Amino acid sequence: MRGADLIRFARDAATGNPLRASLLVLAMAIGVAAVVVLTALGDGARRYVMNEFSSLGSNLVIVLPGRSQTGGFSPGNAITNTTRDLTIDDALALQRAGAVAKVAPLAVGTSEISAGGKLREVMIAGTVSQYLDIRHMVMAQGRFLAPGDWSRGASEAVIGAKVRDEIFGSEPALGQLVRIGDRRFRIVGVLAVSGQGLSMNTDEMVFVPVSLAQAMFNSNTLFRILVEANGRDAIEAAKAQVADIIKLRHEGEQDVTVITQDAVLATFDRLLGALTLGVAGIAAISLAVAGILVMNVMLVSVSQRTAEIGLLKALGATGGGIRLVFLTEATMLSLAGAVVGYVLGQLAAALIRQLYPTFPAYPPDWAVFAGLATALVTGILFGVLPARRAAQLDPVQALSKR
Amino acid sequence: MNSTSPAQIELAGIERVFHLGDSEVHALRNLNLSIAAGEYVAVMGPSGSGKSTLLNLLGLLDRPNTGLYRLEGRDVTTLSPDEQARVRSERIGFVFQSFHLVPRLTAAENIALPMVLAGLAPAQRAVRVQQALKDYGLENRADHRPDELSGGQRQRVAIARATIMQPAMILADEPTGNLDRATGEEVIRLLEALNAKGVTLIMVTHDSALGARAHRQLLMEDGAVKQDLRCVAPT
Repeated sequence: MRGADLIRFARDAATGNPLRASLLVLAMAIGVAAVVVLTALGDGARRYVMNEFSSLGSNLVIVLPGRSQTGGFSPGNAITNTTRDLTIDDALALQRAGAVAKVAPLAVGTSEISAGGKLREVMIAGTVSQYLDIRHMVMAQGRFLAPGDWSRGASEAVIGAKVRDEIFGSEPALGQLVRIGDRRFRIVGVLAVSGQGLSMNTDEMVFVPVSLAQAMFNSNTLFRILVEANGRDAIEAAKAQVADIIKLRHEGEQDVTVITQDAVLATFDRLLGALTLGVAGIAAISLAVAGILVMNVMLVSVSQRTAEIGLLKALGATGGGIRLVFLTEATMLSLAGAVVGYVLGQLAAALIRQLYPTFPAYPPDWAVFAGLATALVTGILFGVLPARRAAQLDPVQALSKR
Repeated sequence: MNSTSPAQIELAGIERVFHLGDSEVHALRNLNLSIAAGEYVAVMGPSGSGKSTLLNLLGLLDRPNTGLYRLEGRDVTTLSPDEQARVRSERIGFVFQSFHLVPRLTAAENIALPMVLAGLAPAQRAVRVQQALKDYGLENRADHRPDELSGGQRQRVAIARATIMQPAMILADEPTGNLDRATGEEVIRLLEALNAKGVTLIMVTHDSALGARAHRQLLMEDGAVKQDLRCVAPT
């Protein structure tokens, strides 16, 4: 049989029973669409997180106390044997490094903020004026913490948008006095709404000078030191210089961990990439189910067309030729299902993007390719058994069946 | 065809045994038969006498348990299935009692089916199909599907299909069994016209009047040829 004849014959055979063909195409389409949509969601989540992390600030190098072998956030980080704490002096020393543009120490704790009879538990971040630039935060009202001597700050506080709403409501917040812990602070600024941040939601934070925060928590340690490198190329140099300086200051002992944002990003990238892969795997199960359906439908087709198969044999078709006819039909149906599913999946992903514009639900290319390939391979694989059965039919018995 | 073996079909010591549960059914026993090219043979006999089994064997749809089948001087029992398919495609045309047309294909497509399976070029197929439609008076029915054709037209399509590859022999299994007398007569005349052109015609029939028209009648009983009558010398 010629290729063109084979395709036409298989097409006619497939469309000869529209219900059977369309059910099969539908099953395959749902499988492929599931792969496309689910990986679009998984990869969308990955991109979303990447975007959020990028908004943390670019060229960021983070110093955290404690030695850690891994680059990411692992439970091991929490139970390292820290010998020396990070101090404000460490942060000040980092400003001398050549590849470093800005440094901001960060001390964190929780306390209560009260004003006008309202009380709220908040997270207190003690830091300095550079923090605003390093984190790319925007002020809604007033100003951020004043620059000046890090070890001596004025009693002024900057509050997040949500804290402002909950403590002051519609009243003006700027210039008001609030009590945080057992100290009084004057509100000098309100941060703009930052949306959903990942690690810390700045909308619910209160920023105070680092020295006051340390005094409030009665400790002189820092939670982090945030360092901004001079540029993207300077990140590695800054990381090395920062590590060297801290090591020198800590009597030659490497007892801090210096991570770059790239490392954090890479960790999350891997994590969510694996998630997408897992979701794709789950969706692939539906493809396997569709493949089994292909097999069933083709088996039914073989038994319905027994007489026709007998006839084809009598007219000189070889077993191989008949196998090819049925395989071609299974392949065409799978292909049609894969294409329909691809279109449906892309439409659904586009709909999700339409409904949630901030969520970049684009299916990754590899998933689309893998979905289409899996659909075809399962369709053909599960088409083999029915095709073999058709080829092995005894022509005498096949012809006698009416 | 072959000078050492003038007969087109030679069967020697053919046995065909079917197993039905524990019992063995001898559909054909020790059958010896020789048919020359261009003969017109009617195979007759009661049901279960082995007529259809013989026809299936001759058409290479079935294999004997023992015995030798030489077709045009060549031992075809030992051929591989693919080689047998090739012989069916090139040398043998089948006409069935229930027509066996593919319902989703038009008359023209049904006629072209053997050529499609054999991989002939579309241009060549179109020429032959046109000629066949003309020969069998089906020109107005070319694009009709089998369910839009009468019984006689269906069998004419089937005969056109059986002859489209220009086979050396036509095997007809009760070709008029599903037709009324007039259309049956018409179909038989078509088959006889083919025989007159030199194609061997072997026809299984219940109808003794039809069988009497053949030049040679094989009366079968219990898997063996009881009588081999030659009314007229083969042409």
